[in-house]
Parts: sequence; C-alpha cells; structure tokens
Amino acid sequence: MTETPLIGDFSPAPDAGLSGARIGVVTFPGTLDDRDAARAVRIAGGTAVSLWHGDHDLQGVDGVIVPGGFSYGDYLRAGAISRFAPLMDQISEGAKAKHYPLPVLGICNGFQVLTEAHLLPGSMIKNNHLHFLCRDQRLRVENNATAWTSQYEAGAEIVVPLKNQDGQYVADEKTLDELEAENRVVFRYVDVNPNGSRRDIAGISNAAGNVVGLMPHPEHAVEAGFGPDSSAFGDVALRGGTDGLGIFTSVLTKIVAGAK
Amino acid sequence: MTEMNPTSAATRLETPAEVRNEHVQSFGQAADAVERVEGRQFNIDTVDHAAQSPDTEMPWAELGLKRNEFDEVVKVLGRRPTAAELAMYSVMWSEHCSYKSSKVHLRQFGDKVTEDMKKHMLVGIGENAGVTDLGDGWAVTFKIESHNSPTMVEPYQGAATGIGGIVRDIISMGARPVAVMDPLRFGAIDHPDTARVVHGAVAGIGGYGNSLGLPNIGGEVVFDSVYQGNPLVNALAVGIMRHEDIRLANASGKGNKVVLFGARTGGDGIGGASILSSESFDDTKPSKRPAVQVGDPFAEKVLIECCLELFKGSLVEGIQDLGAAGISCATSELASNGDGGMDVELTSVLLRDPTLTPGEILMSESQERMMAVVSPENVEAFEAVMAKWAVEYSWLGEVTDTGRLVIKWDGETIVDVDPRTVAHEGPVYNRPYARPEWQDKLQADSFRASAAGADLPATAEDLKAAVLELMASPNMCSKDWVTNQYDRYVGGNTALAMPDDAGVVRVDEQTGLGVALATDANGRYTYLDPYQGAQLALAESYRNVATTGAVPMAVSDCLNFGSPEDSDVMWQLAEAIRGLSDGCMELGVPVTGGNVSLYNQTGSTPIHPTPVVAMLGRFDDVARRTPSGWREDGQAIYLMGTTRDELDGSEWANLRGHLGGKPPAVDLAAEKLLGELLINASRDGMIDAAHDISEGGLAAALSEMALRFGVGARIGLGEVCERDGVDLFTLLFSESQARAVVSVARSEEVRFKDMCGARGFPFMRIGVVDTENGALDFQSEFSVPLAELKEAHEATLPKYFA
Repeated sequence: MTETPLIGDFSPAPDAGLSGARIGVVTFPGTLDDRDAARAVRIAGGTAVSLWHGDHDLQGVDGVIVPGGFSYGDYLRAGAISRFAPLMDQISEGAKAKHYPLPVLGICNGFQVLTEAHLLPGSMIKNNHLHFLCRDQRLRVENNATAWTSQYEAGAEIVVPLKNQDGQYVADEKTLDELEAENRVVFRYVDVNPNGSRRDIAGISNAAGNVVGLMPHPEHAVEAGFGPDSSAFGDVALRGGTDGLGIFTSVLTKIVAGAK
Repeated sequence: MTEMNPTSAATRLETPAEVRNEHVQSFGQAADAVERVEGRQFNIDTVDHAAQSPDTEMPWAELGLKRNEFDEVVKVLGRRPTAAELAMYSVMWSEHCSYKSSKVHLRQFGDKVTEDMKKHMLVGIGENAGVTDLGDGWAVTFKIESHNSPTMVEPYQGAATGIGGIVRDIISMGARPVAVMDPLRFGAIDHPDTARVVHGAVAGIGGYGNSLGLPNIGGEVVFDSVYQGNPLVNALAVGIMRHEDIRLANASGKGNKVVLFGARTGGDGIGGASILSSESFDDTKPSKRPAVQVGDPFAEKVLIECCLELFKGSLVEGIQDLGAAGISCATSELASNGDGGMDVELTSVLLRDPTLTPGEILMSESQERMMAVVSPENVEAFEAVMAKWAVEYSWLGEVTDTGRLVIKWDGETIVDVDPRTVAHEGPVYNRPYARPEWQDKLQADSFRASAAGADLPATAEDLKAAVLELMASPNMCSKDWVTNQYDRYVGGNTALAMPDDAGVVRVDEQTGLGVALATDANGRYTYLDPYQGAQLALAESYRNVATTGAVPMAVSDCLNFGSPEDSDVMWQLAEAIRGLSDGCMELGVPVTGGNVSLYNQTGSTPIHPTPVVAMLGRFDDVARRTPSGWREDGQAIYLMGTTRDELDGSEWANLRGHLGGKPPAVDLAAEKLLGELLINASRDGMIDAAHDISEGGLAAALSEMALRFGVGARIGLGEVCERDGVDLFTLLFSESQARAVVSVARSEEVRFKDMCGARGFPFMRIGVVDTENGALDFQSEFSVPLAELKEAHEATLPKYFA
C-alpha cells in the first residue's frame, strides 16, 4: 500500500498507466453509492463509465461495479427486482464468458443483486440485531487471488466502512463448506461480527474469481480526509483511512496487465 | 359511513374522513347535487351551489378554523365557501401553514438586517428555503423544520416523513440535497413510553435518510420529562447548486401546463397541518393517527434524481413540493407567487384511494409529490424524464391570466378564489402576551441556594465520581447508539460528522470548498430566560461552526413552543424571537428561513421553549477543518475564555433535579472574537483540535476531547481557578459561554499565544496531551482512567434501548 497522504493532499497520485482501464458503474432506481464507486475508480487511476440499468449495452467496459444503495427500495427482498434489469443479462453473460470473464464487483446492495442473479451463492438477511449499522469495520483479506484483491497480501487486514440493514450473510452448510474449501471466502469480519453473518463472512467470490461481492464499502475508504478514522496499515490522519483503494487498483492493474 | 340515506349508501360527503360522521347530517341535507365520476359518488358542493345555499352549516370548527376566521372566509369570497374551499382555507390558515400567531414577531428577522448581512444572501425568507452564496458560482440552501406532533402519534412515519419533507424543500430550490441532521428531544429516558418514541423516531430517520443516500452529519439527542407528551423531532437538510440552477415556486406564463408528479395521492395525512400540528394534544379527542403521513423513501430518491434531471434540462418554469396542506398549498402558493391565475381539474389527480372526496384530495398530505409548471414546448421532454425514472405524473391544468385559482371537479367549479387570500393573506393575530408572574420567582431560585447546590462535590473522590456521573448522564452520554444507525459516509464528501462540533461536507471536489453545519438549543436556559436562552442557542451554534474552522454565514431556526393562546407561552415566543433577531444582527449572520412549531403541549403543560438554531458556515477548503479531539503526544492544551460561577440551568443542576435561577450570561462580542480566533487558528494550522464548552462545562469538553480518539492528557487547573476566582468544581461544571479548549503543537505555541494576546482574548495553558497515560489526569487532584470514562459514557443508551 502507498503511504496515506497528509491532510491537505487528498488525492493519492493515480498511476497514469491505469487510465486506459474502463470500469462501468451501474445505476438502478434507488442506487445510492454509484457516484462514490465512480470516484473510487477515478482515484485509483481508472476511467469510470456510468451504466443505466435499463440499457442493453455494457459500452465495452473492462469491468463492472454494482454499487450500494436501496435499489427499488429493498421493498421486496434486497436485489430481487434489480436482478431482472436488462443490463443484468449483459453482466451475467460477461461474467460467465470463457475468453474474458468480466470482472464484476458487488458492494452491499450490489452484492445482494449478484446473489439474486445467482452469480454468487447465498443471500443476505436482516442484521441479527435488527438495526441499520454504520461502523468502521476491520476485515481480513482471505483470498488475494481474485480479480479484485490481488494488490493485497493474503491475510492482510483492512478497515473500511460498513453500513447496512440487511447484511447478515447466510447460506446452507454445504455451500459454506464449499466456499471455504475452494478458498472463495474473500473477506472475513475481524474483531466483531457486526451482523451475525455465517462464519464471519463479509465477502465471497465465484469459482473463477472474477466476480466478488462484499457487504462493507471499500469505495468509502479511498480518499484521505473522507474515509474512516483508522487504517489497518498504521496511524492515519483524521478520516485518513484508504484501505479500500487496493480493491480498485487490483482490478485496474489486472486489466492493464493485459488479462483481456 | 353514516346511514343517512339508505338509497345511496355509497354517497359520501365532501368532508374529511375524521369529521365526516359528525357533520354529515346538517351539511348533507343541503348538498343535493349528486355527481358520478368514474364510479365515485359525491354530493358535489359547487361554487354555484354555495352561492345559492348561503345558510348551509359548514364544519369549520372541526376543520380547525375559529368562528372569526370562517366569517373572514365568507367575507373574502362574498359567499359561503364550498366544501372544497373550506378545506383549503382550513389547512392554509392553520397555525402550521399561516404562522398567524408568530408572523408579527417573525418580521424582526427580515427587519433587523444590515446591508452587510444581505451580501451573500441570494434568496431570503419566504421561499421553500433560503439560498446563500458560497463563491465560485456555488450556492447552498438549507432549512430546518419540525415534525413533532406526527412523531408523537406515530414515531417511525412521523420522523421519516420529517426528513422527506425537508429534503423536498431543498429539491424545490433547484439544489441537490447533500446531507441531513436531526435535533431530537424525548421525554425522560426511563419513562415507559420513551423507548417507543426513541426506537420509532431513530429508525424512521435512519430508514428514510439512509435510503435517500444522504449522510446524516449531526444533530442532538436530549432527554427531559417536559418533552414526554411532546417529543421534538426537527429535521435539517442542506443542498448545493450552481447559481444558475436556483428555482423558485411560482406559476407564470399564460398557457403553461401544471403537472403533479411523484407518488399518488392517498388518504394519509389529511388534516396533518391543521388538526394535528396546530392543536395541543388532549386525551378527550379521537386518535390523530390518520393525520400522520406515510413515507416511501424509494419514491423520494427517484424524485430527487428525476427533478435534478428536469432542472438540468431547464424543463420546468416553477416548482413546488407538496408538504403540509398538499395540493391546497401547492396550487395556491404557485398561483399567488406567479403573475396570473391557475385552472386545475381535480379528477385528473392520480389516486391511491379512488374513494377520496375533492376536499380530501385537496387536503391530503401524501408524501413524495411535486407540482411543476411546464411550458408547452417542454411537455414532451418532461414526459421523457418521467418515463426514464418511471415516475407517475398527470397534467392537471394550466396557468391563466385571470388572477383566480379555479379548481374543477369533472368540469364543475368547486373552487374559485384569489390564491393570495389562501396562501398569503390569512389571519394575523396579535396574541396577548405578558411576562409570566412566576418568572421572577423562578429566576430567584438559584442552584447555589438549593440543598444540592449547598452540597457540591469537593474531594478528589467526589469530583471523579461527578465527572463519571455527568458523562454517563442521559444528555451527556455517547449518542453512538443513535448515530450508528445513520449512514454518515454516503456521498463521499463527509469531512466531519458526529461527535465533532459540526458536520462538514465538501461541495467542490477540485477546490475543497465546503460547508459546516451545527444545530443547538437549550430548553432549560430558554425557560429561565427566553430572550437570553435563544441567544445562547445562537451563540452555541455559532461557536460550534467556528470551532471546526468554518466562517458562520447563515441561520435557519426551528422555534418549538407551546400554545400561543397561552399568554405565558406567547411571551416566551416573542422574547425568543426578539433575542434571536437581535443576536443575529450583532453577530452579522442573517436568518434565511425556518419554521415555527406551536401547540407543543399536553393539556395546559407546555414544553420548555425550545428554539433550535441551525448555523451554516463556509470553508475555503474542508481540509482545514478541526476535529474535536487531540491525538498528538506532547501538544499543549489551552483553555480560551473565562469561567464564572454559572451553574443555574446547567447539566449538573439538572442531574440534581434543580431548574431555577438565571442562565449563563451572553456576550456575543466575545463569541465573535473567539470565533475569529478559532477560524484563524484553523486556517493557519495552529491548532490540531478544538472543542467548544457548552452543556456539562469544562468537565464535559475535556472528557469528550479525550474520548474522541481515546488519547489522554495531564491537566492542571490551579492557575485558572485563581485567575477566575472560582473553585475546581465550579471551573469544571459551570456553563459560562464564549469558551473553548484547543490543542496546539509545540511549534505553534508562540504564534497562538501572540494571536490571542494581540486580540486581548483570555487564554491559559491548562495541560499536555499524553498518549501513554490512558487517563484524563487532573494532576494533584484526581484522575479518570479513559477506559472507565469510556465505559460510563457509552453504556447509557444501550442500557435503555438496545
């Protein structure tokens, strides 16, 4: 990780070499963290492209982020309506493609959408304490072999904000055992399990490692001055935590390295 | 449904649901014309019919009007009003909408303004929200409003729709909402009904605000038994825009189309403004639950994005949100602010409940609705935006040049009024007011003279216990249990949020330009002295904003009081407004908007007068903001300001069950100077932490600074006690104003001292930050381990509510 900039120097110098990588950020009705995810891509050095749920065109992006929010108000089951958006067909197709499995990241509501779309197993139910919870959460990166985690050391810990109402990850025991056996638990809650998630699971991937979903919000820990007050990498200035940046640089680096 | 006419059981009168049963008889006999519209049957009371039946008895009292007000309506119209007109006047002339009791006093906010104060004001009082210039082509709009009565009746929906309403005010100005805040006041923490309201209100604010993608950046949580039957839920929203995007609520241009869009109109919130929010609670009346609106945050989020897209394409000529008094308010305000009139066909309104009567449709306060005026050439583009966001809309009519607001029901005229008489020319009362006879006795009852005041902690052991008791008390304890249920990150621009002194949001990503916001009030101070209490709220909000390093620029106020029909309460209101307007003038900060909430009383017992002041400040660059806690080992800790023996109305006195005497003295000149010093120190990088001293005094300020980042300090207060002539307890617990604590890097100490010295502001070094000792160590007196302090501070709310 790069050293966190001092107060007054908000933007980590992006690697100009990454700007060729184009990451789409999907907006559904009720999406909230789309501009934040796009900003994270920009801060990491990439080019963000906004995608509309009702379109049928991925605009040739190299990767997709399904951001957080309350799409369709979460009035049915979180993500249950969004998965039927026309663009989700393109995303699913891309994610399963053989020659270039499209890197897809689902954050919070995006993770819920990906499970509803069966790109990832399991589901999220209401937090075990029944409240919306916003906190700076410590996670362990269990698998650094995915498209979205290669810039971290395996076993590295990071601090990123968590904020949701329906964040309790559940799946049947067989699925959970499979996820563990195949090293597909990508992020695990450390110190505190904030919502009763099975086996402290905060994020998982598909078998190929191109599709990752997590409940915490790495896009809110990318810009010093506007992130958490702490970092797992050492002392930082006020709201100086940028531990989530590696998620975005991981995918950009992979794309630019010519995985396509 | 009444059995009044067996042959048409479905026939319903055009009278709101709540009062229908009682008045169906008298009114029904006269209403002989039965209209059938899309399967609906009503006795339609047309304008013609009204003119022909002058003696029909009207349910004005049940709709909240007074006899003289009804007579005035008849005078204005030159005939009796139709049922629909009566519905409109009753809600628009309610206290909540018309400010009829407060108007004569509120004028001071507009009168006591210097040219200098107008310098940055782009839109002042009177519009949906005031707009202040931030420079670089940016403008900011913010406003605070109450949603008190609905929250008592139905906490979740009441609080949720409070957020929804204030956010729509911000959208109506053309701005993108960027943050919300919520000052909350509940009854006694251990009262059996308090948990109901706390759980509902907090979940409602979170459920609605979080779903809108608006960070919640601050507020207050206060517990006091005076709010038991009348909790206060105030909601603030702030939005930003470019200057050219400012939109106003008016309907101009003959032939322009009037459109209603967003959620459908339902039967919720009928009488919200008049029956619910403009009367005291009273056990003898029927439940007011139907008058509470029901919120749909998803619909509102879509509405935000949809409106911003309309603004971007310049597709609307005028826009107005639907809040209190619903369509009655939107049509009459748009028409009266415009240059002509308006014709509306009410059967075009999309309904959730097809059985609603015209009067109910006009009064419904269903949420997530907006009304806009669109020129004919933009109709197609407007519809395309609606289609993109899947928002329902219906064209209701058009702008005319008649000067009349005409509302039709299936072609028949049911409303024909001069819109100004509905929206702006309502009754104005010079309510009698007088200083209560008990006020002198109250002020004479000082804490020092009471039994608890004569037995104050003095030993090391007692002082330590006192600090722990204070920091665990309901009003001073950690509010994390509440604020952790709110999203403070969304948007990615939150530079400070609770528990710091003010919330700070970045406006411009390139330059770091941003705003700070704080809300403050102290009901106890204001009860002891309303004039001074209002100024103390102003002073604290000013201090909080300046403490973070922002320059205070504008005020929005939410005046929560009891019944204006009580001369004691009316005096409190008059005094508070006088105090606040005088104070704003002295500080040079204009009031740009706000809200008055009266009738916050149960039976004859009013709440403490609670004027909540929201202060907006400006940062050139939010990177300069100062947090409320210290972190760096060895930094010097300075106390700015002087401490007097001012324990009356304090948190300590409150903990001992005493309320009497006089609140702390106000010195706005000192506040202004302190503010300047804090802002300069922040700009020049002299200080790394700053925290204002307010409720709980120096003891609370030092505790909070240490707890902010869990870093201890060694404190020595002997010299200050000597200089100010007070004992250690008084220095720690007195609530003297115009004070702050700062931490200063060693390398900056000389500069800092020179600056304070040059401006003649009292300051004294009182300690050193200590990252090793793990305690707030009052040297040679007593020491409070941080772990113990933290536990006491954080355990209170979970104990009662988790």
